[in-house]
Amino acid sequence: MTAPLFTEAEWDFATLDRTYKAIENIALNDLKLDVYPNQVEVISSEQMLDAYSSLAMPLLYNHWSFGKIFAREEAMYRGGYSALAYEIVINSSPCISYLLEENTMTMQALVMAHAAFGHNHFFKNNYLFRQWTNAEGILDYLSFAKKYIAACEDRHGRDEVEAILDSAHALMDQGVFRYRRPPKPSRERVAEKRRLRAAYEEEAYNELWRTLPAGIEPPSAPIPDPDGDFDGDMKLPEENLLYFLEKHSPSLKAWQREILRIVRNLAQYFYPQKQTKVMNEGCATFVHHTIMHLMYERGLISEGSIFEFLHSHTSVVFQPEFDDKRYYGINPYALGFAMMSDIRRICEAPTAEDREWFPQFAGSGDWMSTLKDAWANYRDESFIEQFLSPKVMRDFRFFALFDKADDAAYRVSAIHNETGYRRVRAMLARQYDVGIADPNIQVVGADLKGNRALQLEHRMHRGVPLHHATKELVVQHIERLWGHEVTLEERADDQ
Amino acid sequence: MTHFIDRRLNPKGKSLANRQRFLRRARAQIREAVQKSLKDSAIADIAKERKVRISTKGTKEPRFRLDPKTSGEHDFVLPGNKTFSPGDEIKKPPSGTGGASGKQASDSGEGEDDFEFTMTQDEILDIFFEDLELPNLVRTTLKETPTRVWKRAGITTSGSPTQINILRTMRNSFGRRLALKRPKLSEVEALHAELEALEHEPQTDEAREKIVALKERIAKAESKRKWIAFVDPIDVRFNSFTEQPVPTSQAVMFCLMDVSGSMGEREKDLAKRFYMLLHLFLKRRYKKVDVVFIRHTHDAQEVDEQEFFYSRQSGGTIVSTALDKMLEIQRERYNTSDWNIYAAQASDGYTQSGDARHCVEMLNGGIMPLCQYYAYIEILDEREMEVFASEDSGAELWRAYRTVADLWPNFATKRISKPADIFPVFRELFKKSESAG
Repeated sequence: MTAPLFTEAEWDFATLDRTYKAIENIALNDLKLDVYPNQVEVISSEQMLDAYSSLAMPLLYNHWSFGKIFAREEAMYRGGYSALAYEIVINSSPCISYLLEENTMTMQALVMAHAAFGHNHFFKNNYLFRQWTNAEGILDYLSFAKKYIAACEDRHGRDEVEAILDSAHALMDQGVFRYRRPPKPSRERVAEKRRLRAAYEEEAYNELWRTLPAGIEPPSAPIPDPDGDFDGDMKLPEENLLYFLEKHSPSLKAWQREILRIVRNLAQYFYPQKQTKVMNEGCATFVHHTIMHLMYERGLISEGSIFEFLHSHTSVVFQPEFDDKRYYGINPYALGFAMMSDIRRICEAPTAEDREWFPQFAGSGDWMSTLKDAWANYRDESFIEQFLSPKVMRDFRFFALFDKADDAAYRVSAIHNETGYRRVRAMLARQYDVGIADPNIQVVGADLKGNRALQLEHRMHRGVPLHHATKELVVQHIERLWGHEVTLEERADDQ
Repeated sequence: MTHFIDRRLNPKGKSLANRQRFLRRARAQIREAVQKSLKDSAIADIAKERKVRISTKGTKEPRFRLDPKTSGEHDFVLPGNKTFSPGDEIKKPPSGTGGASGKQASDSGEGEDDFEFTMTQDEILDIFFEDLELPNLVRTTLKETPTRVWKRAGITTSGSPTQINILRTMRNSFGRRLALKRPKLSEVEALHAELEALEHEPQTDEAREKIVALKERIAKAESKRKWIAFVDPIDVRFNSFTEQPVPTSQAVMFCLMDVSGSMGEREKDLAKRFYMLLHLFLKRRYKKVDVVFIRHTHDAQEVDEQEFFYSRQSGGTIVSTALDKMLEIQRERYNTSDWNIYAAQASDGYTQSGDARHCVEMLNGGIMPLCQYYAYIEILDEREMEVFASEDSGAELWRAYRTVADLWPNFATKRISKPADIFPVFRELFKKSESAG
């Protein structure tokens, strides 16, 4: 038995370093995790609030909506209604984790295991993140975006820029490619893109233009179109409204198109996180749980620490029941952690039921490779469809309701029993399918030669329409970007 | 390889730019909320940060979302089944209240109608000033933090090279050299001279031995001089300075107001703004500001702020009783050698006939010599304002006070009928504080 790494609640950088090394040792040698290099930063509560309000990114362009989030979070925090997150982690390389200075040493250890190894491994290995996000380039891109938008504000006025951002933000959910994949630029093209942007920025900056009387536009050099896929042809229908408007809107100026592109890229960057809430948090929670227990077994942390850890761990994975006042949907930490712990159990000590449901890996003993395979190749929807076991459904006491708008009552369609397992599982999986949760809106027609009207279509899923009041507001935003009339029709699906 | 980075010392307030944009965006709602909260707050509290509740109107961020309540069908899964079996029916909660489906619908935001946040002193003052149409110069001066001066605060071991205290440094250096027995330059030179003298003498064995010994001593002395620095970093001392607030004296502000029936809600609100602004001015110049509230009808009383603004009293109007009261309180509690005295009187201009003359006598004879500044504001409605367009016409009290103003430069009279009229009263006072400070 070795001496514990720390016994006091207070932390200092030497202890952090020592503990980090011990965690790293377990993560890399025992669990064989594959992570980006880590950068751990200690921040104060105020800075944590700052980070909250910029979508948890270390830098971001300025917009009033972030100020609104900040004002609200600050009021909540100061009023004691909400506690701050213990950590924030950013999908970038190096992977940046923020630790809150007020955490005790045990919490810092937990947070490092959770963020710097759990989330980090998930970011680096999950197929969605690998395909859609560019961890090496994101910080550079954000820095470009911030500068670009600040420059636009200087040149075109804050109100103009704010108007475009407002409209673009309203379409963020419809600003991603779901089914079609944009051509993945090669390394050289990314570099070329960056060079062109830098060159443009340099060229565009001219002290003299700032002294021009209002009304005279500086000659705006066309922004180089790095995707190079603008061929004048619209490929309809188009699901990515921001992309469509950026490429085809008849009334936008070059800088406005670039702003749409920035917002679209941001939306696309966050899209994988939206699809993997359960898996991402489950992976991080499972990793910190495993690491902390190994540390305890090896005498690296004291008994007091492990109790403090268990206290905070159990509140993180607490799932209130549906009729509880505290119920706010299914807790992704709870579901993810329960499923992953269950996979380990199935690998190590399967029951007859497990062997029937999961013949591929029940009793294999090698739980780590099963989990790693799941982390790498699934998203929430497919992960639940594939791995949710009857035992977890029984533990959560899941039941499914069928709801029809005109009915006066919900009907219980399936519960956690022999006949219901598969249906409950399928329905829960569908609940996590963002393709169904987000309205499916497509551009179906644009009359560029005639009255320039833009036709959109909402393809209803099982007859559920858009919320009327917000629909009107968002359509106004689209009209601002398109510059002409926009119609949005509801269409029943063919199913 | 890991990096731990301590970011705690990085500049805070990264969200400041966003916050300003937000305040600008929600300007109309925030203004309304601030004005309301100022109306309900005490005079001395105006420059404090406070919570403001605004509606989200104007700061909505709409997104497309589904509305399964109007039509269509969907399934959803919940945890925590206790008694349900397949086929059971659960009555839907009445729309509007929580319940399972209600929560789902509000998941997409738009749930809250208004929210509360804290505004800083500067932000509050900005909005307060905006309404009063204060010139920019005044705004910045009022928001300025109290002046501070750098004062000597002894000697420290660290500091910038320009602040080296040579005397202390050299004294330390000297003491250290003495204690460590550092050979002086003259001693070494003497040894050298001795050596040279010996070398010129005939070379006997004895002399050679002496030369060797001398050389040894010289080498030792010289190396010791090298080891023991002339000025060592531990000798160095710096002058230290600390910032100290400029000592300011104290002031008392007498608020005099006519509370007879003719003073309505609007008049009192205008008067209150006037007192608030005066308080701000005084707060900036004096460290301690006391406020005394004296209300009067046909007789005067000292009251607290709540009663001053909100309670009613019936009776006639005799202004001089308030002046009497003020003198009485001043004699009792506010000695002119310790206190700067300011007075602000608000009235609708009516007083019992003959009383105005009495007031003038009291002001000229007793009060004005004590006061730093005396402001009289007459609150009229817009119609009256037109009638009394000229400074010379007016009711009895006004005409009487005009004679006082001619005598005393620190006596100001002004008629106001809307908030924007208030500031000009302060112009004079402000000029004075500019030249004084």
